[in-house]
Amino acid sequence: MTDVITTEATLAELCIFACSEAFRGNGEIIATGVGPVPRLGASLAKLTHSPELMMTDGEAYLVEQPVPIGPRGYDDRKAAGHLPFSRFFDSAVWTGRRHAMVTPTQLDRFGQINLSYLGGTYDKPKTQMLGVRGFPGNTIYHANSFFFPMHSARTFVAGDVDMVSGVGYNPAKRVPGGNYAGVDLRRIVTNLCVMDFGGTNNAIRVVSLHPGVTFEEVQDATGFPLEKGEIVETPIPNAEALTIIASLDPHNIRASVIKDNPPARRA
Amino acid sequence: MLDKRMTAQDVVGQLSDGMTIGIGGWGPRRKPMALVRAIMRSDLKDLTIVAYGGADVGMLCAAGKVRKLIFAFVSLDAIPLEPWFRKAREAGQIEVLELDEGMFQWGLKAAAFGLPFLPTRVGLGTDLAELGGLKTVQSPYADAETLIAMPALKLDVALLHVNRSDWRGNVHLFGPDPYYDEWFAKAATKTYASTEELVDRMEDHYPQDAHYNVFERCFVSGVIHAPCGAHPSSMPPAYGWDMKAFKSYADAAREPGDWATVADRFVGATEAAYLDSIGGKEAVAALPLPIF
Repeated sequence: MTDVITTEATLAELCIFACSEAFRGNGEIIATGVGPVPRLGASLAKLTHSPELMMTDGEAYLVEQPVPIGPRGYDDRKAAGHLPFSRFFDSAVWTGRRHAMVTPTQLDRFGQINLSYLGGTYDKPKTQMLGVRGFPGNTIYHANSFFFPMHSARTFVAGDVDMVSGVGYNPAKRVPGGNYAGVDLRRIVTNLCVMDFGGTNNAIRVVSLHPGVTFEEVQDATGFPLEKGEIVETPIPNAEALTIIASLDPHNIRASVIKDNPPARRA
Repeated sequence: MLDKRMTAQDVVGQLSDGMTIGIGGWGPRRKPMALVRAIMRSDLKDLTIVAYGGADVGMLCAAGKVRKLIFAFVSLDAIPLEPWFRKAREAGQIEVLELDEGMFQWGLKAAAFGLPFLPTRVGLGTDLAELGGLKTVQSPYADAETLIAMPALKLDVALLHVNRSDWRGNVHLFGPDPYYDEWFAKAATKTYASTEELVDRMEDHYPQDAHYNVFERCFVSGVIHAPCGAHPSSMPPAYGWDMKAFKSYADAAREPGDWATVADRFVGATEAAYLDSIGGKEAVAALPLPIF
């Protein structure tokens, strides 16, 4: 590793590197990263420290060689296994053998997420989004992490999210007698920092700040009070990681994820 | 043996206002669009639609055919938010039951097995149960766990699009993923499958492909020969989705975004007219398969 290469890393690449750490030591589970940065993070993890991870081609087949993102020929994909949707729920989600990293629209202080609608009511939402998709099941059965390219109080909301689409650690939402042993929220990577749920009663806390970012800046961009972990500086990806990331993203789609594609280390 | 061949018009003739209709496929993938278009050309109304939704749901909502929608998402994938569905939701036009994707298939399975519900942990700790009026049950065993009772999603009719069929209702489904089509078929009183290719006796033509028969002919009431019948959704390996058509459909939702003025472009007076308007079978066959 040389200084030249480390200073060339972008913030998106630093985030990919931080996302890959979420999958370290997960064992033989399906690693799913939705969106370019989480997907590159999961793929980087498999190609470096955690080859035992399982992964799909983005559709119905399991691959041992992570599939690059962006346009290419079908011949790139070599199936080692088959995981169509029915088996995905039978084998991965409802057995807890999965770790998903996703980007919801909102996340609150309890780690409750929303991607269904914003504002208005269930019968007449102000802004309809995707729907809850698989998040109620994902969050009660297996590990989940999150990536946000724009850390702001619009995303990390004060109070509860508009529609609770994924299970968090909110005691008020726990139906008595329910089994919440599978709720396992791991890591939040943003353009400013890395957080986890290791605070008091699973409170969200900052565990690393990206180079040049202060805790106060993160707090100002967050709608609820944050706790402080033993904060370190988020590591900048090494040359090997950057080479792998480039090979997995030949069209540099990662450059479009964070506004203006800033460097990992602020100027 | 019963000859199950029929036309899309025959299928519409079997439907009535207020029915609960399940639609197979997933988002912009393998949707029975020829049958959906046949519904769009009819006077049917007040339907309850049960689907992993794409443009099928968007169009039916836009045309005011839907009283209630049971869904986990509505998306065109590359166009993540389905604009016509959003308009209907934001106008408060449709009643909804929003479900988790896995829970949704659990409801189809309950219906398939004639059960009133199946227990699941999914939905606890979220807003789904309360908003959807879902009840809980307690395990009668020592664990006494509280679980959601996912109600059966009993369908009057399921509409599916398959790669191949014979006149007795033996079907072959290719592509990397059959999604939940078999469960739509089993959850329904009657299932109508439109097909890209219609043969007389499957065993005479494709005995080596029997493992593509993902559900049995007892679950098929009618087969409809409808080449290109999934357009603009994808039908692997025959053709991919038509991104240009989806984009034009999505753009048409912008202000004023009045469905009545654009419907003909996406539905057509007849299926033949629709196919002509998109460049015919050759144009559909040339649509590349999506790569992820």
